[in-house]
Amino acid sequence: MSVKKRIIPCLDIKDGRTVKGINFVGLRDAGDPVTLARQYADQGADELCFLDITATIEKRDTLIPLVREIAAVLNIPFTVGGGINDVMLAKEIIKAGADKVAINSAAVKRPDLINELAAQLGSQCVVVAVDTKAIKLPDSDKSIDKVFVAGGRVETSLETIAWCAECEQRGAGEILLTSMDHDGTKNGFALQLTDLISRRLGIPIIASGGGGTAAHFETLFKDTHASAGLAASIFHFGELPVPELKKQLITAGVSVRR
Amino acid sequence: MIAIVKYNAGNIGSVKNALNRLGVDNQVTDDVEQLRAASKVIFPGVGEAGTAMEYLKDRGLDDVLKNLTQPFLGICLGMQLMCHHSEEGDTPCLGIFDTHVQRFPATPGMKVPHMGWNLIQSTPPTGSLQQPSALLAGLPHSSDVYYVHSYYAEVCKNTVAACEYIVPFSSMLQKDNYYATQFHPEKSAGVGEQILKNFINLP
Repeated sequence: MSVKKRIIPCLDIKDGRTVKGINFVGLRDAGDPVTLARQYADQGADELCFLDITATIEKRDTLIPLVREIAAVLNIPFTVGGGINDVMLAKEIIKAGADKVAINSAAVKRPDLINELAAQLGSQCVVVAVDTKAIKLPDSDKSIDKVFVAGGRVETSLETIAWCAECEQRGAGEILLTSMDHDGTKNGFALQLTDLISRRLGIPIIASGGGGTAAHFETLFKDTHASAGLAASIFHFGELPVPELKKQLITAGVSVRR
Repeated sequence: MIAIVKYNAGNIGSVKNALNRLGVDNQVTDDVEQLRAASKVIFPGVGEAGTAMEYLKDRGLDDVLKNLTQPFLGICLGMQLMCHHSEEGDTPCLGIFDTHVQRFPATPGMKVPHMGWNLIQSTPPTGSLQQPSALLAGLPHSSDVYYVHSYYAEVCKNTVAACEYIVPFSSMLQKDNYYATQFHPEKSAGVGEQILKNFINLP
C-alpha cells in the first residue's frame, strides 16, 4: 500500500478574496475563499493551499481570522503561505488551524528560518515554496534552473536543485515547486526538473505550474516521483473539476483517493 | 457533552472544529470532574510522547484517563499514549492497549513521516479481534484516511483496522470503552466524519 497521489487546488488570496494571476501578473477575482474551500473539499480535493499575496505589513490582521474561518469549515488538511517571515506568525497560523505553513522569499533571505520552524513546529508543518525559472546561458543552447523570489520578480543566485536539497537538509517537510515557465500556460508541468528533484530528495514534492488537463496530471504522476499536483485556475473556473480529474486519473491507473 | 482533553499537544482546535461542524456540544477541558461527567471523551494530539506523558502525570490525568467508563476516543498521538510503551523518548504510556509504539524503520525511498491519504482496512491480520468496529459502520471494507505520523503501534489483539506503510501497523485499536485511530478523522473528509459520527452515536 502506498500513499495516494494528491490533488491540491491552490487559492491565491488578496485582501480576503481569491485571485489567480496569469504568469504572476494580471490578477482576476475567483471568489470567496471560504466558500471555494468548502466546495473543493466536497468535490474530493485531497488538500488545499492558500497563498496570501496581500502586500500589507498588517497582513496578520486579515490573514489570521481568515485561517480561523477556513479551519472551521474544512475537513481536509490545508497549507497557508505568502509573506510568512517569522516563527511567531507561522505559529499563529498553525494555532489558527492550518496544518502547514509555506515559506518562500523569507527562507531564501534567511535559510535558518527553515531550521527554526522545523524545530518548533515539526517538519511535517513546514513547506518550502520554490519558484523556479530556466535561465538561458549566454552563447549556448543550454539553460540553468534558478530560484526567484518576491512573487517571481527577483532572480537569486541560487540554483534550484541545490536549494531544494538544502531545504530538505534544513528540515523542510515538503517542497512546493512552481515552474514560472509553465505557470498559467496550461501546457503541462515541468516534468524533467520535477523528476530530477523528486528522485533526489527524500521529502514529498508538490509540482505546480502548467497543469491544464487530466493528461498533464497523469504524465506528472507516471513520469516523475512527485507526490502531489497543484493547480489553481483550471479548478476555479470550472475547466477541470476535481471529480472529473480524479475519474480520469483512476481510469489511467494512477493511485488517487476515491 | 463531549469533553476534549486539554493538554500540551497540538491539533486540539481541529477536533473541536470537527465536532462543531457535526453540531455536537463539546468542551476542551483538563478539569477532572468535567472529564468524568462527560458523556464521551476525545483525546487528540500531535506532538512528542515523552513531554505529553509528563504533562499528564504532573496533573494526575494519567490515572483519570485510564479509569474512565464512558466511550473514549484517542487520535494520533492520543492513540499512541494509550498503548503500553512508546519508543519516542522511551516513554511508559497509559497501557490501555497491549501493544507498543515504535519508529518506522529507515527504508530507502520511503518517506518518514508517513503523511497523506492511505487505507484503513477493517479486516486485520491474524491474531487480532475479528469483529468489525462500531466506528466503521456504514463504511466500505477499505477507505482512505489522512495520516501524519513517524511512530506506529504494532498490530496486536486490540487491532480492529490496519494499514501498511513500510510495515503493517494498527490503524484503529479498540478495547472495552476505549477506541483509537492513528489517522486524523477530523482531517479525513467524509470518511472521517462518518467515523466521528459513529463515535458520537455510541450508546
